[in-house]
Amino acid sequence: MHKQSFTGGDAMSLLSSTTGGTITRATLTKDLRLEWRSKDALNSMLFFSLLVVVIFSFSFDPLAEESRRIAGGLVWVAILFAAVVALNQTWARELRNQVLDAYRVSPAPPNALFMAKALGNFFFVSLLEALMTPLFIIFYNLRALGPAWQLIPIGLLGTWALVVNGTFFAAISLRTRSRELMLPLLLFPISIPAVLGMVAATTAILTGENSAHFWIVLLLTYDVVFTTACLALFEKVLEAE
Amino acid sequence: MKRLFPIFAVLTALMLVYAAYQALLVAPTERTMGDVQRIFYYHVPSAWTAFLLFFVNLVASVVYLVKRNPKADALAMVSAEVGVVFCTVVLVTGPIWARPVWGIWWTWDVRLTSTLVLWLIYVSYLLLRRFSDSAQAPALAAVLAIFGALDIPLVYFSIWFFRTQHPQPVIGGGGSIDPRMWRVLLINWMAFLCFALLMCWSRYRLETMRREGEEAQALESLLGDDRGSSAEIKNPKVALNRSGQ
Amino acid sequence: MTDATPIITATNVIKQFGRFAALRGVTTEFAAGKFHAILGDNGAGKTTLLRIIAGLARPTGGHVSILGMSPRAACREIGYMAHPSLLYDEMSGMENLRYFARLYGIDDDKHGDRAIRMVALDPTLSRPVGQYSQGMRQRMSLARAILHDPKILLLDEPFSNVDAQSAREMVTLLTRMRDAGTTILLVTHQASLLEGAANKFVWMRAGQVIECTSSLSPGGTL
Repeated sequence: MHKQSFTGGDAMSLLSSTTGGTITRATLTKDLRLEWRSKDALNSMLFFSLLVVVIFSFSFDPLAEESRRIAGGLVWVAILFAAVVALNQTWARELRNQVLDAYRVSPAPPNALFMAKALGNFFFVSLLEALMTPLFIIFYNLRALGPAWQLIPIGLLGTWALVVNGTFFAAISLRTRSRELMLPLLLFPISIPAVLGMVAATTAILTGENSAHFWIVLLLTYDVVFTTACLALFEKVLEAE
Repeated sequence: MKRLFPIFAVLTALMLVYAAYQALLVAPTERTMGDVQRIFYYHVPSAWTAFLLFFVNLVASVVYLVKRNPKADALAMVSAEVGVVFCTVVLVTGPIWARPVWGIWWTWDVRLTSTLVLWLIYVSYLLLRRFSDSAQAPALAAVLAIFGALDIPLVYFSIWFFRTQHPQPVIGGGGSIDPRMWRVLLINWMAFLCFALLMCWSRYRLETMRREGEEAQALESLLGDDRGSSAEIKNPKVALNRSGQ
Repeated sequence: MTDATPIITATNVIKQFGRFAALRGVTTEFAAGKFHAILGDNGAGKTTLLRIIAGLARPTGGHVSILGMSPRAACREIGYMAHPSLLYDEMSGMENLRYFARLYGIDDDKHGDRAIRMVALDPTLSRPVGQYSQGMRQRMSLARAILHDPKILLLDEPFSNVDAQSAREMVTLLTRMRDAGTTILLVTHQASLLEGAANKFVWMRAGQVIECTSSLSPGGTL
């Protein structure tokens, strides 16, 4: 005689609690907690970001007048490289012991997992930016001649643009050889409009010579389009054997 | 269908020769740029052909994701490969044209730069196919193709706006085209399309044969196994001992 | 002797990986509430078949029906365990189960607690799973698989690298679960462990089911 563990009522409440939101939150808190426990990855990423800033400062003389014009580009390229290091770690814990199989076999919606990972990456890359940006400001004596508050939406939208596609392509790269090389290989071409937007917008604000409006709208469009695409297609990537 | 192929190949070769003759000898010389402008008859049709092929790739990829039809996947792979070839031609002829006319190799010309990004996306597509296992490559590549298609309008607009802020020479010329030149352009495009079709067709045949070969090999290897061992399985205890218990 | 109602049906399942055909037309049934052992050499296709039943792989041809649904639709009733532990090494056993319970919509600790006790482990153990012995890790992995009280339990080589005593204890536990109504499919090449425990032995070779027996001695064909 089979032990009935769920009645009809139980089943209904079960259905509603397996919503994406609960699982996203649970996954995100788990990831943040695990990252906090072993700060190894975080510490090396922070140090790597610092190194990138220093190398750039040596390569592009901060005293020269032109450097201030290209500072916007320098900051975002530095962030891009540091972000790739972080993004490559996205699924590292799930790869060990084939934990991803446990997720796939459960009724949990794949998008909940994706959102949790993307939000986690957003948090970490923002941490890296919080370290790198002040350093750039200091090394290059940066000062915004345009409306500085616009740098906040630019930063948020630009970071999300890198992170949402980066998390997605990191999942695609799981199924390939040369996994860690594959991620930037796929991410960089697709990110070109977003990178152009971030850099042009930041330069516009720093130099005060142009309006950043168009670029902010472009970044917003990019984010909406690709967040939708990632959510629509993540399941296909997860289910690719 | 098979017999049609060599006939079509010969036809295509003839068309290419005729088109070259038209482009290099018959078409009138451009007023300002001179003979170097004739590269236009290679640059533009290659671009149109590449775009068409990438569109085919997009449609085939979507069909594959929906229907899981392996033929759609083969078509997607083939159109991407040939598309990259034509796209490379565009990127090479662009600077060759620009250098003698404007004295610089590259400008932020909207169309040429967008084509560069398109080329990058599709090279990454081909690399993804090469680096993934044969079981997963079709679905992953199809997803990437969709991402690429979504990206291209954004690429075009971002570069276009960037150029309005930093104006630079336009490769490819604006303004109206002499109807005689238009005729030569279309002839060349027809020839290029036939050539593209020929390449796709032969590559598709190659790919289909390779897949059929794999299936036959899989079947054969199992039949070979079967012949030797069916007798032993009748007695489970023997099988037990053989499993190393 | 008639089988009980089939709960899992495989019809002409084919799985091809490029040049290699892992499954070549498997047609078989698994009865509800019975303990099935799937046996055969390496490369027979046992793991491939189990993964298709679990919904982790899609067949190239044919189909699998579980409780009248596709494997993915029936996922709530399926528990899956394989040779890798499918657990986070950095978290304790209870933390792992608490998280995986969320994936099934369970937000209490009761299920995790009960599952850990069923496999004879201590729920209050705070050591991370990565520091467990192999036997403990296998048991915790089983706890994760039965966390949500599935009707069907799929196990892929659960006894590899586990000492004989732990393996026997696991078989006893599985038999108890079978008696309580769970359908069990267990892939292994250590058939002797299941003598007397399993109801049905499914023999596979080269991508096909060769025969089904009700015991390990010759002549016991169903």
